[in-house]
Formats: sequence, C-alpha cells, structure tokens
Amino acid sequence: MPFRITLPLILLVLFVAAGVAGLALSDNAQSKGKPDVIKIVSSLPRSGSARGQTDSIVQGLKLALHEVNYQITLGDRTYKLEYQDLDDATAAAGNWTIEQEIANANQARSDPDVMVYVGTYNSGAAKVSMPILNKANILMISPANTAPALTKPNTGDKHEPQCYRPTGKVNFCRVVPADDVQGAVAAQWANEIGAKQVYILDDNEVYGKGIADLFHRTCKEKFGIKVLGQESIDSKQQEFKPLLQKVKDAKPDLVYFGGTTQTKAGQIFKDMISVGLTCPMMGPDGTFETAMIESAGKESFEKAPFYATFGGLPIEELKDGRGPTFIKNFTALYGKPPTEAYAAYGYECGLVALDALKRAGKKDRDAVRLAGLATENFVGTIGKWSFDANGDTDSKVMSGNTVKDGKFVFDRKLELKTSARNSP
Amino acid sequence: MIFAADSAFWQAFTQQTIDGLAFGALIALIALGYTMVYGIVELINFAHGDLFMLGCFLSLTILAAFGLGGLGFDATVKDPSPVYVAVVLLTCLLVAMPFCGALNFAVDWVVYKPLRTAPKLAPLVSAIGVSFIFMNVGLFWGGAQDVNFPNLIPDTNLMSADSGIRFTYKDAMVFGVTVPLMIALTLFVQYSRLGKAMRATAQNPTAAKLMGIDTNKVIGLTFAIGGALAGAGSVVYALKVNTISYTMGFQNGLYAFTAAVLGGIGRIPGAVLGGLIIGLVRYYGSAYVGETWAGALIFGILILILVFRPTGLLGSTTREKV
Repeated sequence: MPFRITLPLILLVLFVAAGVAGLALSDNAQSKGKPDVIKIVSSLPRSGSARGQTDSIVQGLKLALHEVNYQITLGDRTYKLEYQDLDDATAAAGNWTIEQEIANANQARSDPDVMVYVGTYNSGAAKVSMPILNKANILMISPANTAPALTKPNTGDKHEPQCYRPTGKVNFCRVVPADDVQGAVAAQWANEIGAKQVYILDDNEVYGKGIADLFHRTCKEKFGIKVLGQESIDSKQQEFKPLLQKVKDAKPDLVYFGGTTQTKAGQIFKDMISVGLTCPMMGPDGTFETAMIESAGKESFEKAPFYATFGGLPIEELKDGRGPTFIKNFTALYGKPPTEAYAAYGYECGLVALDALKRAGKKDRDAVRLAGLATENFVGTIGKWSFDANGDTDSKVMSGNTVKDGKFVFDRKLELKTSARNSP
Repeated sequence: MIFAADSAFWQAFTQQTIDGLAFGALIALIALGYTMVYGIVELINFAHGDLFMLGCFLSLTILAAFGLGGLGFDATVKDPSPVYVAVVLLTCLLVAMPFCGALNFAVDWVVYKPLRTAPKLAPLVSAIGVSFIFMNVGLFWGGAQDVNFPNLIPDTNLMSADSGIRFTYKDAMVFGVTVPLMIALTLFVQYSRLGKAMRATAQNPTAAKLMGIDTNKVIGLTFAIGGALAGAGSVVYALKVNTISYTMGFQNGLYAFTAAVLGGIGRIPGAVLGGLIIGLVRYYGSAYVGETWAGALIFGILILILVFRPTGLLGSTTREKV
C-alpha cells in the first residue's frame, strides 16, 4: 500500500525538479543580455526602519548616474547605464532578510549586464551576498557596511574574511571606514584634547571590545597616553558604581567606553558623575544616537563632557574634494540639500562604479572588479582616498561629536593619516 | 603594599563599604518579599522582581504627571523647590506601595490561590509566567530602552571634603527609608495579631486553620505586605540609580532571591543580612577582583554557604518561618 503512494510521489517530485532545472537552464541560455546596456544594481533595505537612510543612499547614487546622463563610453562603444533599485527587506519583516538578499544577489549574478552591485546596508546582509557575488566576479561596493571582519583578517572569526571570498579573489570594497578605525581615531582625539592618562571600559562584545582594544593600543603605541586600566562590564548589570569608583580612584583624564547605548553607555556616564568623576567620557558611534542622551538624562551632559566618534562627516562639513559640487548638484536635482550623511556615501559608490567602468575600458566583470579595487587617489566627497588590498578605504576621516543643549553637535573633523597602499 | 598606600586604600575601602551597604539595603528590601512569601506558602515568587520594576515605572509616571519629566515628557516645572520634590516623592511612595501591594495580592488571588493544593511545581511555573507578563507590561509602559529617571535627590556630599569619603543625600535617603521599614516589619510580624497569624500559618497551615485563622486571607496579606515593600524599594532604587528598564527586575530579583536564600529563606533578619552581604560582595568584587567577576563571586559564595550551611546563614533546622 505505501509503495503505491510513494512511487507516484517520487515520480512527481522528479518531474517537477526536472522541469525547474530545465527552466533554469533555458533561462540561462536565453539571457545573453542587451549588448549596449550596462546595469548597476543596488541592494538595500528599502522598506522598514532604515528607509530614510537608504532613500538618501539611492538619491546620491542616482545623482552620480544623472551627472553622466546615464551613459558611458568604453573604448569606442557607448553604453546605456541602467540602474535597478532592489530591496533586501520585506515589509513584513521590517528589516533585511536573508532570503531577499540571496534573491537579489542571484538576480544580479544571472543577469550578464550587471557589472556593479552597490550594497549592502547591513553588514549581516553583506555576509550573505558576498560569496554569491564573489563567484560571479561582480564588483560589490558598500556605502554602509562597517563590520571589520568583512574585509580584515584577525578581526572576527578565524575563517573571516576568506569565507566570503570562495574564489580567493577580492570583489568587495566599501567607501566607509570600518568600525575598528574608530578606536584609533578616538585615541587621536583623546590626544588632541590633552589626555595624559585614560581608563578604558568595554562591553565585552565583538564591536565594543574590538574598538576599545584598538583605542588601547593606539593610545599606548602611537601617542604615549598612559592606560590606567581596561575592564569589561557585564551589560546585564543595572549600575556600575563600584567600578566607576575604582576608575575615579585611578584619576584618569578621560574614560573611554567601547560599547553602545544598549550595553549601558548611559548608565556608565551617569554613574561616573554620581561618584564625582567629571572628566570627559568618549564612546564610538554606537553611542552616537539620541537614545544615549535620553538614557543618560539631558542634565548629565552639563556636568561632564561626552564625546562620540562617527564614521563620516555631517553634510555641512563636506568642504573638500567633490563635497561642494555634490551638495550643489544634489540641490539642483532634488530641490533641497541632502540631510543624511549617507547621501554622500551613495554618491561616492556611484562615482567609484563609474570610475571603475571607465578604467576597465570594457564591459567585462573581471576587468571592472580589478579596476574597482585598484581605485587609487580617488577624489571623492570627503577628499582623496584609495582602496587597500582588502577593499577598505584608507580614508580615516571621521567626525567628533559632543552633546550641547540635549543634542549631538559636530565638534571637529578627525583625520588619521596612514600610508596608502594599493594592490588588488 | 596595602600598608604602603594605607590612607588611599582605606579611603577607597570605606567608600565601597558605604556604597555596598546602600545597595545591599535596597536588595534586602526586595529580598523580604521573596522570603515572606516563601516562608508562608513555600513558593518562590519569581514575579517579585518584575513587580518591583513596575513600581519603578509607576513612580516615573507620577513624576511625569507632576511635571518633573520622564517617559518622553519634558520637565515643565523648572528648578522645583525641595518642598515640592519632597511632596511628589512622598506621593510616589504612598502610591507605589499600595499599588505593588494590591497587584501582588491580586496575583496571589487569581494565580496562586487556585493552585494552593497543586504540586509545588505548578505555582512555580505560574510565577515564571506572571514574571513574563509583568515584563511585557513594563515593555509596553516604558519601551525597550533604558529610561532615565530624573535626578531629584542631589548628590551633595554630607561629609567634609577632606575626609575623602562621600555620603550623599541619596545614601541617606536609602538608609532613611529601608531601615525603618525593616524595623517596622520585624515588630509587626513579632507583635501584631496579624503577624502572629502569619507565623502560625507558616508553621502549620492546617493547625492554624483549625485555630480559626483564615489562612487564605493571611497569605493574601503576606503577598500584599511583600509587594508594598517592593513598591517602596522601587521608589528608592529609581531615585538612587536613576535608570529604569523593563529588564531591571530580572537582575535585581535574582540578587534579592539569592539574598533570601543566603540568609536562610523564610527568615526576615536573614533576608536583611543576605542583602547586605550581597551588596558588599558586589562592590568589593568589582573593586578588588574585577567587574566581570562580581556576579560569579556572589553565586560562588552562595554555593559555599549552602554547602556548609544548607539552611542559610540564619536558618535553623527547626526553623520558625516568617
């Protein structure tokens, strides 16, 4: 009896599978693409809470294509540039989903006209699409991924970042500085404001501890700032008075916290003040949000200064390179100046893509990939920068922000100079 | 080495002791709720920590209503006079205590009372359920993020500046509220009629019933008193720590429960002693061992004590509960 049911079922499954495979094959065979079209796709969370930021990115990206009239001449051929705005989020999830990001990457892979993939917004999403696009040799430029492990060895799991590069070649690059740069930039800021001895706390998580460790190292090795101690907190605790009392007894000029608002940055700042320690506290971009001010209470910021680093400059500080042109053209196209810092990164991605196509000189994925990673001395919205061998920008321009009247305000531009190196 | 840096060392040590005792007194106040309920119905009321959390949100709501800011409302009363603040805080205390007491009473009536004769595991699991319900109410009330509680009690030091020791109005408030409450509770349980009924019910519910004690009423009132103490604790805690969140009940509840076990569960002085010990271990641990080890240290000591004194510090084998 079971036999009779099972056999037709197997046959049915085989039949369907064969059909699907056949469809896939025929689809592949048919899609030779359009010879005079080059496609640039972006995969960003277009629905959900990140909508505001991704709108800005897309606007910036479209501006770059608009500036060249959606046309590019490679050798003696002129191609039409087509842009496709893919969503890696679903309205139901309100956030990016693995399935959607895989679908987008596969769509880009199977469309021979796609030369550049701009994305992703979330570092987690990049981990999903990087291996797919790597096998397809498509240049991937991210306007927003900051997780160090996506590109840098020894910053995450021991298999990272090789596991995102199954072919062994690099195809991912990003125009934003990675998180780990913040630790070094913060150390420079501490040096600028004259801190001679610092105390470091971290939340014992990959992001926070990573930044705190780098802050520690840079303070000691580069600036000769004395590190009085570094300690991890347990962010499930509700208050940290004994710890801050100990920190106070060590008499630091500055307290650095590698962590986020969610891992109790606000409480640490409050406890610092309540034990009577009023030196500045500094934190990474995980504390650069209004939630920090809300959780620590506005009045706390009148008693001690709070500083937060952020990977990027506010729009009004884009004064170098193509920054002013960007603001002018953006205003001309959209009728109002950009508001989100991410608009500049979207624009930058577009410029890098166009520049890579131009230098590749032909519609060929591998040539475009190589050209993209070889981007050197590129003049963008935040000045001149190059990609390093991992596909990271060597631009270490960040902003230093502080709290005034219950709001974060720009304090200074922080720029860490390192030697540029380039070999894709 | 200790001798070399003696004055600085002792200063820091005294400071941590004061702060640790203040923290411990707060934990003790919550622990009393655990220990009283356990003493009378042998139930670990896991929802107690979350009841305490709801008390904190209620206090914040009252502050917002009086124009002192909180829950997204800006402070409309600028530079409130100390008298105004005192009146508002007294209102908080007078509202939060009955609120938490009544809520705890209601939970007993609705959830635990029908399970009085059920196996011990049933009310225990129900308690965990109630804890989750409270947590979600807190999430709805205050949101997922840490919420700032206005700093209404000044951090002004009451000691002279050159003593190097800080004993602020906040610390004074903590001891000023917790110590009288604990004394009052002890006297109440020892000498009042209801207190005697509570002790009788704890010793032997059946015999107590035979003597004409309405045990269900007595148990309900025990829940109410324990809840009211949590309510008082919530106001004092929020004023001292200045941050509340919907998850705060878990960690503080865990400390309080540990304090109750440490001191000998079911014993009122035991809960107080346990709370103070936990406060001190938490503060010394962070200062001299390491912040990440403080939690492990607390539970390490608990295990040690339970190994050598299974009934807890003040528990006796023929223990007289509550």
